[in-house]
Amino acid sequence: MFGFFQYKQFGWWSLILKTGSGFQDFITPTEMENVGVLMTCPMSAYLEQELEKRFTLFKLWENPSRTEFSARYADSVKAVVGNTKLGADSALIDSLPRLEIVASYSVGLDKIDLNKCKERGIRVTNTPDVLTDDVADVAIGLALATFRKICASDGFVRRGLWRNGDFKLATKFSGKSMGIVGLGRIGSAIAKRASAFGCTISYHSRTKKQNTNYTYYSNIVDLAANSQILVVACALTEETRHIVNREVIDALGPKGILINIGRGPHVDECELVSALREGRLGGAGLDVFENEPDVPESLFGLENVVLLPHVGSDTVETSKAMADLVVSNLEFHFLKKPLLTPVV
Amino acid sequence: MAAAADEHQPSETPPLLLVHRLPRFKLSFFPFLQTEYTVLDPLADPPDPSFPDLSKSARIMLCVGPTPVGSDELDRYPAVECVVGSSAGLNHIDLAACRRRGVRVTSAGDAFSDDVADYAVGLAIDVLRRVSAADRFVRAGSWPVQKEYLLGSKVSGKRVGIVGLGSIGSRVAKRFEAFGCTIAYNSRSMKSHVSYTYYANVVDLASNTDILIVCCALTNETYHVINNDVMTALGKTGIIVNVGRGALIDEKELVEFLVRGELGGAGLDVFEHEPHVPKELLTLDSVVLSPHKAVFTPESFAALEKVVLGNIQAFFSNEPLLTEI
Repeated sequence: MFGFFQYKQFGWWSLILKTGSGFQDFITPTEMENVGVLMTCPMSAYLEQELEKRFTLFKLWENPSRTEFSARYADSVKAVVGNTKLGADSALIDSLPRLEIVASYSVGLDKIDLNKCKERGIRVTNTPDVLTDDVADVAIGLALATFRKICASDGFVRRGLWRNGDFKLATKFSGKSMGIVGLGRIGSAIAKRASAFGCTISYHSRTKKQNTNYTYYSNIVDLAANSQILVVACALTEETRHIVNREVIDALGPKGILINIGRGPHVDECELVSALREGRLGGAGLDVFENEPDVPESLFGLENVVLLPHVGSDTVETSKAMADLVVSNLEFHFLKKPLLTPVV
Repeated sequence: MAAAADEHQPSETPPLLLVHRLPRFKLSFFPFLQTEYTVLDPLADPPDPSFPDLSKSARIMLCVGPTPVGSDELDRYPAVECVVGSSAGLNHIDLAACRRRGVRVTSAGDAFSDDVADYAVGLAIDVLRRVSAADRFVRAGSWPVQKEYLLGSKVSGKRVGIVGLGSIGSRVAKRFEAFGCTIAYNSRSMKSHVSYTYYANVVDLASNTDILIVCCALTNETYHVINNDVMTALGKTGIIVNVGRGALIDEKELVEFLVRGELGGAGLDVFEHEPHVPKELLTLDSVVLSPHKAVFTPESFAALEKVVLGNIQAFFSNEPLLTEI
């Protein structure tokens, strides 16, 4: 974006000076505007706007079918912008022969066929760091809302029940033991916040982290057995699919709560629902589900769960920062500059 | 030499403990009392025939919940030398009347502070990130239909302003610091041992704040301390969280500001006329409503029991009271 603003001020000659890479790498503004970018689904009106200013934007959802879209536009598409709902799977990549880059409006990469991208030399970028704080804030917000029954008691007041008597006791959050699955950027940010509440922190990760004092468990069941709050904050891969299974849920137990701000498939949702309904698990704060936007209806009547529609990074501030990062990565790619946040 | 007389009392007569409570506050809050003390309860059912006489000799009064203690009550029980409070706040006790009669008062100390601070942070995150509203959205089955939910507002890095940097306020500050928030406060006087920015004036504090947390004591000076000027200074993007007392905020003004969208939102655990909540708030998504339960955890009540029992025991042993105010 920065590069493009300078271009508009000083004319297209400045692009040669800026890139400094010679005449052969020069891209005219018209060429940039003709670059086809395919957005997979609605994710941000601001992002659509910014992409439309710079590129030719195709919206997959406005086309009657994928095959029709491919037939008409496939050769024009050099970039795909996807997100956690719809990324760039093998079929989509195969249908776009001129595809050069996939810029994901997310930090999670589970909806992108990374191997295929590597094979075809397609670049991939995501949006790390800008959303770390927001997701960590939601994790803590979910833990507080679940333990302290904030949502349930808000409903109690709205339904006029306070007149008849007090709400029941909730459970203290401060000082509880928190186990974090995945101590990456988001996991560490959650740990930092929880520590300020006097929580003791332990974690499970693929490997032990060298520069931390938190207790490490090489086995997630042991982590769950020693935690009152289990937070899922790792990436979704083949290894971590259903990492929170019946055994882990049982180890967490009737006084434990599960917080999931990772991906729905991290948790065996059927087992989770049974455990909650049968009182084998104390509660759950969930931002993600296996089949979004479908949420098991049997959770709707429970007071010990908090259910969010995948809003971990959905703030005005972060959405803009994520969109800006997507746009910058695309611009830099077509200007042959180093990508800001490449994954592949 | 009443204290000396107590020490020589025959051991079969446990010391008298007068309980003062509104009907809705049950004695079951303090189960240990019956074994240790001769409990005098004016609301006992059936009535205790020895109450009228014995109550005149009771030297210590346990005030259960925010039950008012003023000149009338102190006159009714002339032998009382100490009132043991059991609430986070003390605005229901006429401290001046107690002082005039030489009656000592103890508070709940820090027993509730962690839980109230946690709750304040929880309410703030809920308001800014729309947790309760989004939870309602999902439970209503709206997610598959409407696909997207509204964007919230970032919590981390925001400016937090705390009205009352006491035992609760300082814990609120510590928690928000871990979110990268900057902390400023207003208090009766500046605290020299903290590095947070002090504002002598709540309006100035509000002008430089995104998240205003109200957790000070309710006194004559702080009645309606959050008024039209403060809410104007806080503005459309600012939010208020109140875990103090309802009367700290001019509730009528608050409702107007919220309904007109001139205040970003509010998380309220307390109201001016509990359990009444202004009906305009019941349909707003920009507020989170709570039925005065910031202290309602078994952990807080266990800590309270310890403090209450400790104060009573200290009184009868002539030792310094634990949490004398």
